[in-house]
Amino acid sequence: MFIAWEASVRLFGIREFVLPAPSAIWAATIAIWPTVLGHTWTTLVTVLLGFFASVAISLPLAMLIASSRAISAAIYPLLVITQSIPKVALAPILIVALGANELPRVIVTFLVAFFPLVVGTVAGLLATPPELIELGRACRAGRWQEMLRIRLPFAIPFVFGGLKVAAALAVVGAVVAEFVGADAGLGYLIQTSMAFFRTPLAFGAVVILALMGIVLFQAVALVERIFFPWSSGSEHAPPAV
Amino acid sequence: MIRIAHTHKTFRGRDGTAVEALRDISFDMAEGEFVAIVGASGCGKSTLLRLVAGLVPLTSGSIVLGGEEVRGPRAETAMVFQAATLLPWADVLRNVTFPLRLMGRMAADTEEKARALLATAGLAGFDTKLPRELSGGMQQRVAICRALLQEPRLLLMDEPFGALDALTREEMSLELLRLWAARRMAVLFVTHSIPEAVLLADRVVVMSPRPGRIVDVVEVKLPRPRSFEQEGEDEFQRCARRIRAHIFGDRASRAA
Repeated sequence: MFIAWEASVRLFGIREFVLPAPSAIWAATIAIWPTVLGHTWTTLVTVLLGFFASVAISLPLAMLIASSRAISAAIYPLLVITQSIPKVALAPILIVALGANELPRVIVTFLVAFFPLVVGTVAGLLATPPELIELGRACRAGRWQEMLRIRLPFAIPFVFGGLKVAAALAVVGAVVAEFVGADAGLGYLIQTSMAFFRTPLAFGAVVILALMGIVLFQAVALVERIFFPWSSGSEHAPPAV
Repeated sequence: MIRIAHTHKTFRGRDGTAVEALRDISFDMAEGEFVAIVGASGCGKSTLLRLVAGLVPLTSGSIVLGGEEVRGPRAETAMVFQAATLLPWADVLRNVTFPLRLMGRMAADTEEKARALLATAGLAGFDTKLPRELSGGMQQRVAICRALLQEPRLLLMDEPFGALDALTREEMSLELLRLWAARRMAVLFVTHSIPEAVLLADRVVVMSPRPGRIVDVVEVKLPRPRSFEQEGEDEFQRCARRIRAHIFGDRASRAA
């Protein structure tokens, strides 16, 4: 794919500030490598803070929602509202309120990541087969024992599905926040390079962002494979007959 | 030990219609007695089991277990379901000890006892396997061990061999009798197989559907230990015939 890209840029003489060749992207990025690294780090910190904040809040919230229909009816509309607000519009408001520092960017990242996580977790908690719930009742499990020992373990595959989506979205959220108000980070780098028509550098930042998303996604998948091997589905032992 | 007196159970559907699942069930069970419940589908035998288990509230009447009325699941009752219902994320050992852990009854030697129990059930060395690595028969054996580890006074079994193939069923029946003989707790065993009921039980309760009620209690006077060789004996055939007559009786008389 990169070969075709490089070839077509040279063949058709595409101007560098429209679509740079991969070789140009590489050269521009390497030239100011330490600066790029600094921006990458800034964005990464925002992404990780927002991601872990969303995990810390989503899981208990999902358990609360799944445990009672009344709570579910009360909270769900609020959640949907948070999702309907465009983050691009919300970010400037937050920055005005909280200052152009890390916090509004982390909040935007959090808002973007936590909805799929809550929805996925609730779906998993409520999908527990009735036989397992009956087993819990026969063992005289209380509501919270049932939640923690039966529903939550059953929901793990669903939670990790949500985590993977949240990881990818967290990267998007951080960049959106940086577009709106930041003085560092890959989003900022993209904006400033585009402003100076240094397109190869902007593309370089985009590539790094894509890699960041992929690495986070794979990290989540790896955690699932290591700690919850029964969840990731791939098992080598065939069933005994 | 168990006294069921004039128990009725009516389910109310979402549209308000009432379904009378059980009518006027009265029955006593002694300590250590093995009782089977046989009946066609829909005769309420699973409902009756769940009433005794305390999982479903009764509409009227009373069920007294060990001197106290059944108001909810009891510590001295253990249940085996038709599907093995093992926790897919836990290995065999954790599955077997799950009820005790949930009820806070784990002792220092519980895991040792669990391993010994698994060994007597032919599952030695399977402690760390996950349920999906086991066959249906093995999973059900784990479920039975899980119930037995609770050292119950009453073991409730809801068609536990229903999901198994015929050969495994035969093997599991003998296995169950062996495990039971060492412990002799009271067993209430729901099945829709007449030969299985006669082979396993001291007494067979015959139920008929719509509404569910007891039509007969057949005493099986076969000596223990039981085996499939006894299928040829007169007493076995007499009991089976009597049960069959109740279940298929009106169909037979209509055909004749």
